Amino acid sequence: MSADKFSNPVVRWVDHRLPIFTFMDHELNEYPTPKNLNYFWNFGSLAGISLVIMIVTGIVLAMSYTPHVDYAFQSVERIMRDVNHGWLIRYIHMNGASFFFIVVFIHIFRGLYYGSYKAPRELLWILGVLILLLMMATAFMGYVLPWGQMSFWGATVITNLFSAIPLVGDSIVTLLWGGFSVDNPTLNRFFALHYLMPFLIVGVVILHLVALHRFGSNNPIGIDPSGPQDTVPFHPYYTIKDFFGLSIFLSLFAATIFFFPNFMGHPDNYIPANPMQTPAHIVPEWYFLPFYAILRAVPDKLGGVLAMFGAIAVLFILPWLDRSPIRSGNFRPIFRIFFWVFVADCIALGYLGGMPAEGIYVVLSRVATAWYFLHFLAILPLLSVIETPRPLPQSLSKSVLGGTALAGAASAVKEKV
Amino acid sequence: MMKWYQAIIFSCALFASNAFAAGSGDVVLKHKDWSFNGPFGTLDKAAMQRGFQAYREICASCHSLDYIAFRNLSDLGYSAAEIKAFAAEYDVEDGPNDEGEMFIRPGIAADRFPSPYQNDAAARAGNNGAYPPDLSLITKARAKGPDYLYSLLTSYKDAPEDKEVPDGMYYNAAYPGHLIAMPQPIYGEDVIYADGAPSDVSAIASDLVYFLTWTAEPSLEKRKRTGVKVLIFLLFMVGMSYGAMKFIWADVKKA
Amino acid sequence: MTKTQTLKQGDIPANMGRRDFIVVASYAMAGIGLASVAWPLIDQMNPAADTLALASIEVDISKIEVGQAITVKWRGKPVFIRHRSETEITSAQSVQLSDLKDPQTDDERVTNPQFLVMIGVCTHLGCVPLGQKTGDVKGEYDGWFCPCHGSHYDSSGRIRKGPAPLNLEIPPYQFASDAVIKIG
Ligand code: HEM
Ligand code: FES
Repeated sequence: MSADKFSNPVVRWVDHRLPIFTFMDHELNEYPTPKNLNYFWNFGSLAGISLVIMIVTGIVLAMSYTPHVDYAFQSVERIMRDVNHGWLIRYIHMNGASFFFIVVFIHIFRGLYYGSYKAPRELLWILGVLILLLMMATAFMGYVLPWGQMSFWGATVITNLFSAIPLVGDSIVTLLWGGFSVDNPTLNRFFALHYLMPFLIVGVVILHLVALHRFGSNNPIGIDPSGPQDTVPFHPYYTIKDFFGLSIFLSLFAATIFFFPNFMGHPDNYIPANPMQTPAHIVPEWYFLPFYAILRAVPDKLGGVLAMFGAIAVLFILPWLDRSPIRSGNFRPIFRIFFWVFVADCIALGYLGGMPAEGIYVVLSRVATAWYFLHFLAILPLLSVIETPRPLPQSLSKSVLGGTALAGAASAVKEKV
Repeated sequence: MMKWYQAIIFSCALFASNAFAAGSGDVVLKHKDWSFNGPFGTLDKAAMQRGFQAYREICASCHSLDYIAFRNLSDLGYSAAEIKAFAAEYDVEDGPNDEGEMFIRPGIAADRFPSPYQNDAAARAGNNGAYPPDLSLITKARAKGPDYLYSLLTSYKDAPEDKEVPDGMYYNAAYPGHLIAMPQPIYGEDVIYADGAPSDVSAIASDLVYFLTWTAEPSLEKRKRTGVKVLIFLLFMVGMSYGAMKFIWADVKKA
Repeated sequence: MTKTQTLKQGDIPANMGRRDFIVVASYAMAGIGLASVAWPLIDQMNPAADTLALASIEVDISKIEVGQAITVKWRGKPVFIRHRSETEITSAQSVQLSDLKDPQTDDERVTNPQFLVMIGVCTHLGCVPLGQKTGDVKGEYDGWFCPCHGSHYDSSGRIRKGPAPLNLEIPPYQFASDAVIKIG
């Protein structure tokens, strides 16, 4: 079967013994993809490319970076000033983390709206949430490396979260620090782990893709393609579309790097770490703000930490919270409204996370946090029972609405084997 | 279905929440149109040279400039010989020599600006316990750095009646909390510029902003110039790939 | 509008010519883009500005006694500066070029015959030869001896015996004054 697929004899020889070309041809070239994907489906490949950008610039930075409390800040400044093109590489890495999160957040909200977490894609979704967790850990440790004031105090506050764990909390924190405060041993291990974790992410990304290719992409209508008339080969149709999306992404990314490289950073991180003095307002990087808001919303130390981790944990069990057999929010009139309320809630949490924890902000944080959990734990399960979905089309190619909601539901249920 | 504009609003909101988070307290900064603002911004060499002179004559007695070496001054338009001469005016500690002792020699182009104090503790001791921060990164290490620095240097005032100013503190309208341990550094005519430029308080402050914006990021001009080229290329790529996409997809009927 | 169509890999769509051009042009741009990003990523491994700035040093040689040598660090490597005695100079100058593996007269190797300045790195595989200190083994030609694989250098730093292929390298230097040389 594969023998006549390739004209190059070398390729054929290798492929006969090690079928990587057949594999790539199958997964990247002919891979049948629903033909109605919208631009929200660009964000998967953008996330992959962001990861590659981070790894490449990271390895290059590591060639000039020194993980020692006395030299870390200075070595980063040396990268900015003396290393050839160092300023460019560092700004790419620094802003790349933010863009990576923007892309991944949009990717996740895409999945939330179109029900991409539903059967048979539960594991695909769970692997995605795992990637998010690993990214958060990686970005957190990376932010410690330049050893500025925010690096140091961010590391202090976040590692201290673990002290909330009853009985063993303090021992865990000492273990993380390798001492009695955030200090040189901490910086050293964070560098080692920051180097390692992106490669763990690559591993999980591969699993994520294997799971994706098992059933193929979901699509904006949310019903499965009923045959070849509903799909196109991935290449060239989606390679070119991904390339177009990438060009736009890179333009925005480049505009940030070259014209506002420090916009998403914090000025205090250009002050060398000082363990004797905390900056007046310490805030984490913007992508952690919603979680930070949830942490501060709960007036109890352990409770806050649990709520923060819980905010991610609910994502893991989401496929079993939303029992509605209809995937796409397009056909769920009530869900749609709540979806946008939820988006607003997350943005509100992000805003509140950056505000001082006092007065009205505290109250609002509590409301927004409560809503966050309510959305997953009450609204979604309830909607699966009470909502009447709109009728689904019969197939992706038929714009005429054929079947009833029930028929669509039935076909979706069948897949949950 | 999610609309593109909803997506844009969504991402803008994320950005905005961060911008708010970075905003500062109760002071209103004076805003100036610096030549280095904007995508085509450039640094003004004459202003930087004047700022350098002002730094040496006014600020350098207390503030270090740790990340700048004399050789970097070529960015301001100085020749190799001028730089060598500047460097030689400074005493630099080197060593240990063969006898195991540290010794003092004149500076060379590769040396960094020597710090005015032996160490942080000495710096504190010399300034009533307040540490004069290193100035290399000052315009990046403060929110809206250039405007902040300019405002700070030009906002020394008599304290309002109800404000008590303790000994060793000074009233400054631009400083968060208004009480600063640095006495007013510029009074006007503190330096005589070789090029005859005005040296009133705001002129000197502005020159210093130029110099210290450069010290904070010597690659600023190169960054912006490269950025313009890269963006032109990328916008071209957007157009091309859009055309290619439309051609490839022309035969496919959307559902 | 409701027309459906099946597209498979290898189908040739209409308007192929124009399509080909713009597609090829787009992917070419991607190629150019990648190539121009590759350069900064590689060039960052070249010496940084602060490293280059230290590429030249000035050395005070007025305190080196006759028959003594000092070693200074230049670009991370040892540089040997030897104040040669008359006998060393004469013996270096009297060697026949035909006896040398890497023929060079002593004159070609010095600016001022009293001071021999050279990079103290064996041209075999990079060890630092012995012979700088008074008590050192100086090899069979009374110059320097590399202990790693047994290369012998004469009082002009020329390779005389052993596996090293070339004479010890002379760095670029000049006399800034009688007492100071500038290397690099
Ligand atoms: C998932 C991918 C990655 C993410 C999200 C990430 C994130 C970050 C962040 C947020 C910073 C702080 C930037 C700053 O404010 O200066 C950072 C710094 C750094 N990262 Fe990464 N990183 C990733 C991959 C890597 C890899 C694979 C390496 C390879 C060693 C690496 C090496 C470094 C180094 C050396 C620094 C310190 C230099 C600096 O602060 O600019 N990173 N990273
Ligand atoms: S390195 Fe000197 S003889 Fe081999």
